[in-house]
Amino acid sequence: MNGGRARHCSMSPGRRAIARSGRTSTRGRWAVRSAAALAALVSAVAAGAGAAAGTAPAHAGSGHAGKSPILIGASLSLSGDFSADGIAFERGYLLWQDYVNAHGGLLGHPVKMDIVSDASSPTQVATNYEKLISVDHVALTFGPFSSLLTIPAARVAQRFGYAFVEGAGGAPSVFAMKLPNVFDVALPVKDALVPFAEWIASLPKAERPTTAAYPTSNDPFTEPQLPVAQAILEKAGVKTVYFHVFPAEVTDYTPIADAVAATKAQVVLLGSVDVPTVSAFIHAFVQAHYNPKAFIATAGPDQGAAFVDAVGKANTGGVMVPNAWYPGYDNATSKAMVQAYVKKYGGSPSGVNADVAEAFSVGQVVAQAVKATGGFDNAKIIKYLHSGVTLQSVEGPVKFDSLGENLSSAAFAFQWQNGKFLQVLPANAPGSVKVLYPKPNWGA
Amino acid sequence: MSPLGTQVVQAVVDGVLTGGVYALMAAGLTLIFGVMDIINIAQGILVVLGAYLSYLLSVHLGLDLFVGLVVTVPALFVVGVVVEWAFMRRLAERERTAMSILVTYAVALVIEGLLSVGFGTNYVELNAWYVNRSVHLLGFYLPDIYLFGFALAAVLLGALYAVLYRTRFGASVRASLQDRTAARLVGVNVERVATICFGLGVAVTAAGGMVFGATNAFNPNSGYDLISRLLTIVILGGLGSVGGALGAAVLMLVIEDVVAVVWSPIWSDVVFFAVLVAVLSVRPVGLFGRTLSRAQ
Repeated sequence: MNGGRARHCSMSPGRRAIARSGRTSTRGRWAVRSAAALAALVSAVAAGAGAAAGTAPAHAGSGHAGKSPILIGASLSLSGDFSADGIAFERGYLLWQDYVNAHGGLLGHPVKMDIVSDASSPTQVATNYEKLISVDHVALTFGPFSSLLTIPAARVAQRFGYAFVEGAGGAPSVFAMKLPNVFDVALPVKDALVPFAEWIASLPKAERPTTAAYPTSNDPFTEPQLPVAQAILEKAGVKTVYFHVFPAEVTDYTPIADAVAATKAQVVLLGSVDVPTVSAFIHAFVQAHYNPKAFIATAGPDQGAAFVDAVGKANTGGVMVPNAWYPGYDNATSKAMVQAYVKKYGGSPSGVNADVAEAFSVGQVVAQAVKATGGFDNAKIIKYLHSGVTLQSVEGPVKFDSLGENLSSAAFAFQWQNGKFLQVLPANAPGSVKVLYPKPNWGA
Repeated sequence: MSPLGTQVVQAVVDGVLTGGVYALMAAGLTLIFGVMDIINIAQGILVVLGAYLSYLLSVHLGLDLFVGLVVTVPALFVVGVVVEWAFMRRLAERERTAMSILVTYAVALVIEGLLSVGFGTNYVELNAWYVNRSVHLLGFYLPDIYLFGFALAAVLLGALYAVLYRTRFGASVRASLQDRTAARLVGVNVERVATICFGLGVAVTAAGGMVFGATNAFNPNSGYDLISRLLTIVILGGLGSVGGALGAAVLMLVIEDVVAVVWSPIWSDVVFFAVLVAVLSVRPVGLFGRTLSRAQ
């Protein structure tokens, strides 16, 4: 699942402490004094920039209107726990940069992405956006990866009056902040498993699973999804035989997976945030000779080649994942983006990560807002995005509610069939193929 | 047996087998910590480096994961010796422990960066015929990879124990562990011992890395989640105690796995750390730590 993925705290607290102590200790006393002076200076600059942002955000070389490049800032997790997704997001942003520049730029200005790494740190991401806005004087900001990082980043952007369009911060905790500047182009997280649950519920009674297991990571991305699906399934008579939350930092999934296997649940809905989690469960299921009739994971199977490499091609058959986009999505710009991706980064279309499309969509939405408002005034852009207008993206239509959730985003489910990643749900949606059910045995 | 009883027994078996793997990863850490007063924050990334080396040999040369250890263990021994020579021995003795955290963290960042450049950030996993197979014994499924990993841990940790307690070099190591200055006075080349210990500690990690890579998808960033657990094992087992690392790792995993089954996975760490605090309040040196600590 890509929509608003909220990788929460798989970075251990210990690691953050180490990072902090490392920075402080190596600089020494001179550095501490310098840092204090620098902090004061940055605050002063930030205050000035903040005052300016509300009216006329600066862009690089603003004295050459119409020709000078527009700087757009984003902090991404190019290292650390979210690095695989962060790098995919970077590629999406850069592909959009190439695309928009090839089509005349933004209001005639060439676009230049100013991307800095936050090392997957919620502390660093806030610092990065402060720097991007107050030091680099970017005209616009794009969001980071994960709800975990979107929350502190969006607060900074809000303080400076910047619109904050993002593609991976769809957890309810993001919208609970009620920040007027946040807009998530992706599918709201909590509804992601609905097509799958409704499909299970619609199966004839003889075919319908009778028991379900719900192991989930304690993550703002995964946790909101499972109760929604559980309610639908229980209403359809599918009994819950396992529902447990496990810590995001867990490094040994074997006992949890074995406990699920021991229940012999006929359907497993796994609240996972990444490939290693899904991979660990699948390996444990294989070792326990446990074959559920249906298996869906909230994230991981959408990671293309990374998922296949981790679990082995023979174990991918029948594995499902909710999502809002896949490389074969029937959209002209999406297809062009996938082609451009393969040309620039190599690989095959099926290996294009859904994160790429989310990032690309962010750029598309902002570009349409800039064009409609005729400038780079963030206040006008925020007002425009709240106007109820429907915009277009490689993931489909985008329309924001008052909280910045994308009302028009449609939930799909995808499934690996014979090594191919295919859209299967909703069953009557254009492009959907028949669900492979029951799931083939592992290794088949 | 009741269903819950079956699950508890399975959890105990899982904990013992997985504990062996963790002991392999932690053995180097406890050796380095015990002998040199160095907190090797890079231990996690060295595990990952070991996994990537096994990956290289497996994918590009088709070497079996266990056969590949013939190459990866010496390779990481050399890495350890180089790191010790380049960074550790230059640390002032008084500030060694504190500074070692920073230096080894820097080493971890450099290795992570190099791995990211070389392999990218996508997750990979080691594959072999025994990775997904299991043995069905008395109604329980025992994964082959964990059985082999536990056997490897027993052999390597036994060998390490023999080196430490049955050889002249081991006596030098233990002398250095007890009192560095006194060891020097009786003719032990403490610096040489430290270099070899660091190399050995990192070399053993190659084996831990291989099993880790065969049981978990990993990328260059995967080491960070490991280090806090490995440090916990070392402290619970007793600094410098290889057997303690095995005992502590098994204890930690059994407690966590049983709690995950009987109660909830979310409480696993809480219960384990409560046990850790209780043990340390009774035995501050850890389960197998020596009461006679280094006199410096």
